Amino acid sequence: MKSVRVQRIIGVAGAAAVLVTAAACGSSGPSKSSGSSSGGTGGSGGTGGATSGVTLQVLIGSSGDAETNAVVAAGNAWAAKTGNKVVVTPAKDLTQQLTQSLAGGTPPDIFYVDASKFQGLVKGNALADVGEKITDSSDMYPNLQKAFTQSGKYYCVPKDFSTLALEINTGLWAKAGLKDSDVPTTWDQLETVAKKLTGNGVTGLVMSDTLDRIGAFMRQAGGSVVSADGKTVTADSPQNLAGLQYVQKLAKEGVLKFPKQVDTGWGGEALGKGKAAMTIEGNWIVGGLQKDYPNVHYKVVPLPAGPAGNATLSFTNCWGVAQKSAHQAAAVDFVDYLTTVDQQMSFAKAFGVMPSRQAAKTQFTTEFPDQAAFVTGADNAFGPVGFPGFDAVQKDFDSKIQGLSDGSSDPKSMLSSLQKNATDALSNN
Amino acid sequence: MSRTRSQEDRRQALAGWLFVSPALLGLIVFLVVPIVLALYVSFTNWDGLSNPLGGDVKWVGLHNYQQLLTHDGLTRTTFAGALRNNFWFVLFVVPTQTALALWLAVLVNNKYLRGRGFFRTAFYFPSITSSIAITLVFLFLFQGGGAVNGILNWFGVKGPNWLADPRGVVHVWLSGVGVTKPPGWTQHSVMGQSLWDWFSGPSIAMMVIIILVIWTTAGTFMLMFLAALQNVNEDLYEAGELDGAGSWQRFRYITLPSLRPTLLLVLTLGLIGTWQVFDQIYLTGNNPATRTPAYMSFDQSFQNNHFGIGSAIAFLLFALIMGLTLLQRRLIPEEID
Repeated sequence: MKSVRVQRIIGVAGAAAVLVTAAACGSSGPSKSSGSSSGGTGGSGGTGGATSGVTLQVLIGSSGDAETNAVVAAGNAWAAKTGNKVVVTPAKDLTQQLTQSLAGGTPPDIFYVDASKFQGLVKGNALADVGEKITDSSDMYPNLQKAFTQSGKYYCVPKDFSTLALEINTGLWAKAGLKDSDVPTTWDQLETVAKKLTGNGVTGLVMSDTLDRIGAFMRQAGGSVVSADGKTVTADSPQNLAGLQYVQKLAKEGVLKFPKQVDTGWGGEALGKGKAAMTIEGNWIVGGLQKDYPNVHYKVVPLPAGPAGNATLSFTNCWGVAQKSAHQAAAVDFVDYLTTVDQQMSFAKAFGVMPSRQAAKTQFTTEFPDQAAFVTGADNAFGPVGFPGFDAVQKDFDSKIQGLSDGSSDPKSMLSSLQKNATDALSNN
Repeated sequence: MSRTRSQEDRRQALAGWLFVSPALLGLIVFLVVPIVLALYVSFTNWDGLSNPLGGDVKWVGLHNYQQLLTHDGLTRTTFAGALRNNFWFVLFVVPTQTALALWLAVLVNNKYLRGRGFFRTAFYFPSITSSIAITLVFLFLFQGGGAVNGILNWFGVKGPNWLADPRGVVHVWLSGVGVTKPPGWTQHSVMGQSLWDWFSGPSIAMMVIIILVIWTTAGTFMLMFLAALQNVNEDLYEAGELDGAGSWQRFRYITLPSLRPTLLLVLTLGLIGTWQVFDQIYLTGNNPATRTPAYMSFDQSFQNNHFGIGSAIAFLLFALIMGLTLLQRRLIPEEID
């Protein structure tokens, strides 16, 4: 009886091996030995043996061709090494496309997960708990790990991250008679230089009208939207009010404008077109300016400190592996490959993000000394508010920011409705 | 004899069902099932991340409808804002596009007009062009430094930053005549929005979409009016002329009454279409000044994973359109007694 079963298992395994080899031949020519394929990346636990001949579907929310091509290249390299296949799909609207495929029951094996969407996906049981299966996953920056940890489970490893910094158009800076020593490090100094830079069709500071920028000022004043443990809403605080009132002061003086007010889509465009002398954006501005306005000279400095000290915001994605993926072992192996120091550095070169591994920090700052300010920000960076339902609350808040300029929005009532709506959304979880 | 007869009947009936079954199957699979499923979803907390009929989905009764209509929170305020936007949109678009379509139809129906074919094509053209493409062109035209403001500049008018301007036109007009602060009685709140906000009029951003939609749909409706105009009996006009009716009187007492069924059709189609406006809103982004219930339904479902609320909006919208259409039929009977 027993021997029959064993025989059958061997038979099935043999058949599978034949199929696998055949598929591998079909997809990548001469078959590489499949069993030891993951050896190169450190043979991480859980990836098992036969992860060959598998086709992985990867859905990414790409910032552009540079990012798509880089991920495709990484996929091809891994595929050639392991005898698998990787199909990368850049989403037009990641949230929508991911939701559709999850609802349909056939999600992509690997997909980008934004920190603000993470908790919702965990709640929907869509994410496999694979963070610990990645080689040295504890080397990632702790605040990024925290962004993807829920009830003690480290679900997915951060892909990379960006922080906000102040970008200055050096041409306009010099034109206004400002020197390197004038780079603002406090709110007062920021106001002073913004005033000097404003005029002749140039606005001192242009930044997007969203909590993802304004929130930095609230943090610098010592405020936060949600308490550190994520359980209480703390939007209606005097610290947040101070941050918002500072923003309003600059806006009313006309030295701070929002992109739409100067006919642009975002801060980078305003800076590139010379409509703004300064803007506040994250690492992505480097690639954006390089592509659209290669002749603009600018420098990146840390955000000025507020009354409560230095603070900035960080944004991150993780490589989510679908709970329903039929090829989890292969997916984990691929993510492992994607998050090596080398691969993270090649992503950094390709599209300007920062490696999420602390081991890559020195390498990054040596390679990109101009971007040191982004890395410095990592030490006092705060992630986005992540509970499900906050998206809509934030959109409502964001829609009122532009009204700060003409006084049609009042900081106090903006914060009290933020408090009310966020509390409401939190209690629905 | 009678038995064979009934057998024959039955066979014929069977053949009949067989013939319509492909269409029927299509209707059931693509129409009936989704509608029933959506209705079911509107009573659940489905987040779109699993099977809607699976075990994770909880039946929440009227909760979603309460969130939209009675519970004092962000969802209701957003929904009220969307209803307000769409109400003003309909109020501006439907009468204008109908009148414009009728006027254009009468113009190009004129036998003595030269190049009739050209004008008919020109007026119809926007209707057959992709709404996405046209909207994109409009977005460029109405940028703060776009062509429209450039032209306004020649006349010394400084145009608004159209699509970024959330001010309601009624509010703008009121502030023009000196009413800048909302009067006390308008502070009364309905569905989380003050009366002052309800009566804001369409936002300046919405005006762009209003102009766009009128321009694109007038052509379609012109075609319907044109078809109807060509069915009007020429004898009536001759008789009218003999009786000494002027051109306005002929239009008022002959053309208009003959067009009555078409007018009703155009108004009904216009009403239904305008309450469902989506593409144009989608392209202008998630802007509270232009958000409509149809867009909010999409946003709640696919961006916020509240499919229950998204579906509930769809059914409320359905009820609203149904009610208004019936009301309209009541107000404008198809036949005159």
